[in-house]
Amino acid sequence: MTVEPDTLAAPALSGSARPGSGRASLRRLGELAQQPVLVASWITVLVVIGWAVAPRLFTSYSPYNGDSAASFAPPSAEHWFGTDRLGRDLFARTVYGAHTTLTATLLAVLIAFGIGTVVGLIAGFSGGIVDIAVMRLVDVFLAIPSLLLAMVVVSVLGYSTQNIALAVGISSIASFARVMRAEVLTVVNQDYVKAAYGLGGGRPAVLLRHVVPNSLNSVIALAALEVGTAVLAVASLGFLGYGAPPPQPEWGLLVAEGRDYVATHPWPSIMPGLLLALVVVATHRISTSYRKEHRR
Amino acid sequence: MLRYLALKVGRALFVVWAAFTLTFVLLFVLPANPVDLLFDPAELNTVTSEVREQAAESYGFNKPVLLQYLGRLGHALTGDFGNSVQSGRSVTATILDVLPSTFVLASGALLLALLIAFAIALIATSTRRAWVRNLVEALPSGAVSVPVFLSGILMLQVFSFQLGWFPAFGDRGAKSLVLPVITLAIPVSGPIAQLLVRSFATEFRSGYVTTSWAKGATRGVIVVRDVFRNASLPALTIAGITFGNLIAGSVITETVFARQGIGRMTQAAINTLDVPLVQGVVVLAAASFAVINLIVDLIYPLLDPRLRATLTVGSPRAA
Amino acid sequence: MTDVPEGKPDPLLRIADLAIDYRTGRRRWTPAVRGAGLQVDPGEFVSLVGESGSGKTTLVQGALGLLPPVARIRAGSIAYSGVDVTDWNDQRMARVRGNYVGFIPQDPNTSLNPVKKIGQQVIEAVRFNAPEARTAAQHREAALESLRTAGLGDAERVFHQYAHELSGGMKQRALIAIALAGEPKIIVADEPTSALDVTVQKVILDHLVRLRVELGIGILLITHDLGVALDRSDRILVMQDGRIVEEGPVRQVLENTTHDYTRRLLDAAPARQAGRLEPASGPRTVPTGSPPVLRARALTKSYHLRGGRGRQRQLRALDGADLVVRRGTTHAIVGESGAGKSTLASILVQFTAADSGTVHIGDRKLTGLGRGQLRESRRDLQFVFQNPFTSLDPRFTVGKLVAEPLRAFKLATGKQERAARVVELLRAVALDESHLHRLPSELSGGQRQRVAIARALALNPGILVLDEAVSALDVSVQAQILQLLVDLQAEFGLSYVFVTHDLGVVRLIADDVTVMRGGVVVETGPVEEVLRSPRHEYTRELLEAVPGAGFTGSGASEGERVGTLIARQA
Repeated sequence: MTVEPDTLAAPALSGSARPGSGRASLRRLGELAQQPVLVASWITVLVVIGWAVAPRLFTSYSPYNGDSAASFAPPSAEHWFGTDRLGRDLFARTVYGAHTTLTATLLAVLIAFGIGTVVGLIAGFSGGIVDIAVMRLVDVFLAIPSLLLAMVVVSVLGYSTQNIALAVGISSIASFARVMRAEVLTVVNQDYVKAAYGLGGGRPAVLLRHVVPNSLNSVIALAALEVGTAVLAVASLGFLGYGAPPPQPEWGLLVAEGRDYVATHPWPSIMPGLLLALVVVATHRISTSYRKEHRR
Repeated sequence: MLRYLALKVGRALFVVWAAFTLTFVLLFVLPANPVDLLFDPAELNTVTSEVREQAAESYGFNKPVLLQYLGRLGHALTGDFGNSVQSGRSVTATILDVLPSTFVLASGALLLALLIAFAIALIATSTRRAWVRNLVEALPSGAVSVPVFLSGILMLQVFSFQLGWFPAFGDRGAKSLVLPVITLAIPVSGPIAQLLVRSFATEFRSGYVTTSWAKGATRGVIVVRDVFRNASLPALTIAGITFGNLIAGSVITETVFARQGIGRMTQAAINTLDVPLVQGVVVLAAASFAVINLIVDLIYPLLDPRLRATLTVGSPRAA
Repeated sequence: MTDVPEGKPDPLLRIADLAIDYRTGRRRWTPAVRGAGLQVDPGEFVSLVGESGSGKTTLVQGALGLLPPVARIRAGSIAYSGVDVTDWNDQRMARVRGNYVGFIPQDPNTSLNPVKKIGQQVIEAVRFNAPEARTAAQHREAALESLRTAGLGDAERVFHQYAHELSGGMKQRALIAIALAGEPKIIVADEPTSALDVTVQKVILDHLVRLRVELGIGILLITHDLGVALDRSDRILVMQDGRIVEEGPVRQVLENTTHDYTRRLLDAAPARQAGRLEPASGPRTVPTGSPPVLRARALTKSYHLRGGRGRQRQLRALDGADLVVRRGTTHAIVGESGAGKSTLASILVQFTAADSGTVHIGDRKLTGLGRGQLRESRRDLQFVFQNPFTSLDPRFTVGKLVAEPLRAFKLATGKQERAARVVELLRAVALDESHLHRLPSELSGGQRQRVAIARALALNPGILVLDEAVSALDVSVQAQILQLLVDLQAEFGLSYVFVTHDLGVVRLIADDVTVMRGGVVVETGPVEEVLRSPRHEYTRELLEAVPGAGFTGSGASEGERVGTLIARQA
């Protein structure tokens, strides 16, 4: 069933063999095909991104208007996730909710990644007093449980999905900064960085050409992992009621709305919750495979 | 050794002070009009300016920021974080009221999480069957992926509503503790198990294990007598993360199971913008975190003879 | 274990036609050992020699039943004293290991449990293999005895110490004690000394030889170093590509080498060479009285050890070291670990700042220069690192790596001009255009080191500082790189500072040599003089410890050497 990657790659190799071009990507596809779980993870993530971008393509139901006669319908071919108290199609609400939840997640990770990476780079590369000052500050942020910090930030900024994104982002800056700094410190002490100085490279050139590219791998792996964590954090804050107000669909809020009827009608809570868990598992799997591939 | 101790204690104190300052800036300085936070948002329009000023004075908001800060810091040093806006009771007393309930929940969950994590790591290392290992190693990733509110609701649905084994809500008796403890233990066990699985595997491949094989030791003996101690030590390094997970998890667990505790109190305090209470909780969390890390820093060298040596003899420090 | 049949006893270990595969894909297996066989008789010292990738370690793992899960035995058999153990499971093999066969691992630094006292670890080895239950005191006595037998005179003290409190040599002795604790009939040692200094190596290996005589056990030594094997073995086996290609008593292997590979190995062994390598272009004229190109005076460097109780301690890495390198010659710096030789090299190129002392290139003072001026001096002074696996940025292609200094100094700015220069440099180190677009991970160790040398030559420097530049390579590759360096020197008139721990290599490449120990220069002078008539006791010690030293063409005759060995054992 699987294609032998080497035989496929052979013609490409005899030409001007440039790694990273066709030959490498073909091989990667071949390897991917041997890991069904990884493939399933990518499909899950891509489908959910599709929901967020163009929900209309995936469901014909409205997320807001329900058929009150069909309240609490169990999952069926017609309503894949069933319906809620107002007879709204839960699958449609989940699909539309992807937009809210994923945008917030993406924003949060971008904030944390952007600021954290730069801060970690500065600390690791400058060393000395700058490093000490930055790392003590990072200590403080790590000392406050991130959900608690996010709750405080949201309470100051006001309840909304954007602010949730901001809060979750801020509360995970510290972990990015720490990982980036550790990575920079490792790379800076590598022989090839010393060699770059020895060959006449200036500090900015060495930083941009060697230190940053080689430090980023771990941070990117962390970012992939953090997507999962951030989805959970965003949904948790939504569940606690700090996000978009009803009737807007948001995954955490969907679970919270169904919670009161869970004794009699469990699916309004459980279906969106399971989907959320699936997405997080998928991002973890992707992150792990990235880390394995880039481990030296 | 003394220097090491002083350094670590100093760091811990700094973290607590900085957490206090950070929350002060966030809660008392940043909001455009902190006095507004003292009132129920719905009634805000009906409050007269006279009442406002009175409130501002009684909370010290009319003083310069620096004076407010120093005053609050001075009181905080004596354990006084002011009074809760909602109840009017002292923050410290309010927190102490609900602390035991959360403490019982969190320590039970931590214990269970450790059991789960070690079981996973031991099975993954001891088994000779690849499929068992793969299956077991996939568990931690699942444990951290399932949102606490989902696992809580699933627990309720299955064990309370369907099977009726445990009460659904409330905090009376040991029986009502079972479901919340399990719910909280699952996400907490995840990162610990991931770390342990990795470090058990690393240690199992290390040179001294080969020596043990060559001595004639069997697999079980090696896992228990050689690998276990070396591989367990790193778990201490994520004690802080574990603590954070316990706090975050207890906020949601207490909400789902309608239990009394720090988590639910915090949520209520944030919902009602009970600023002094929120600050008290954050500083308490940071202080607990600092103390836990301090303890880890202090006992780690006792457990690892190599570190003990660097502390008493001195470690080479490259320039 | 079994009844010994009358007449000739079964060999202690007999491996026959063993084939071991590694799993490299779903249903793909790559052979590592392809039908290898060997046997060790009681009281015999057998060496198995091979370079990295020859399958020698896999063979031993197979013999001990310690193969990783991704490996399988495809064919062949393993028998201890005639008992076939090939298909034995872990449980049964556990009774063979320790009890019947003792194992001495490669790296003593990782092979002891860091959180258990040495005594405890030896006691375990005693207890696992004691057939009848004994008391704790007896276990303890047996463990102490074992430590003493392993040559640890102060056994009582070592008993209560942790691994990190011992030196490398003592750790290896502790591991020998563990191997002996089960009173085995045969000991298998996998590169037991490659992580140790030569003088320590000599002591440990001599001790193994003595144990063989005293206890009458068989020894199977795995090594990459032909010299080590020649010095002590009764028989030698040479392994290449998973096969045993040569086998026989030491003298037979030396005199009637049947296999081409063995001959190549013998020729490549530094200790076998009589004198300095000649460039391929023809015999070189030895520069006499050439002016100094690099001078270092009274270099001192200390590292601070952050001590407990607020004390500051210092480690003197370098203590008033002088060095003079003549133009167009090679100056070797030799010493064991902790000698300060790498610190010295690092100060010469100013990767590390000295506490005091000066470095001059020609008339230019290097020490104390600012970053900009220092950068300018890099054009004349380049560095080659020990490990080519870490000194090349893994994300850069060979072309980009070699072009990097050109880019940094804005030389050969045209795209074509630069490409031409890069190819020229690659040709100089015997690589070509086909390597331009490869990544370091796609090259062998020797090829990587060639790339590193090409890169160092890009700026046309006068001086190259090479820090253990061939130590990480196999002997045959090492010989090629050394020849390359000699050729390049003749072509470009380069001056080398060649840091190494291997006196054998010094003979091949250096004109002058400086011997260091504990941060201090012990002896310096022309190679011929220092190696032939060392003035310092330590230099003599080092020379004696060089494995295979007795087998050089110019040294003592083989007969004499083997004779003295036998006499010493008797």
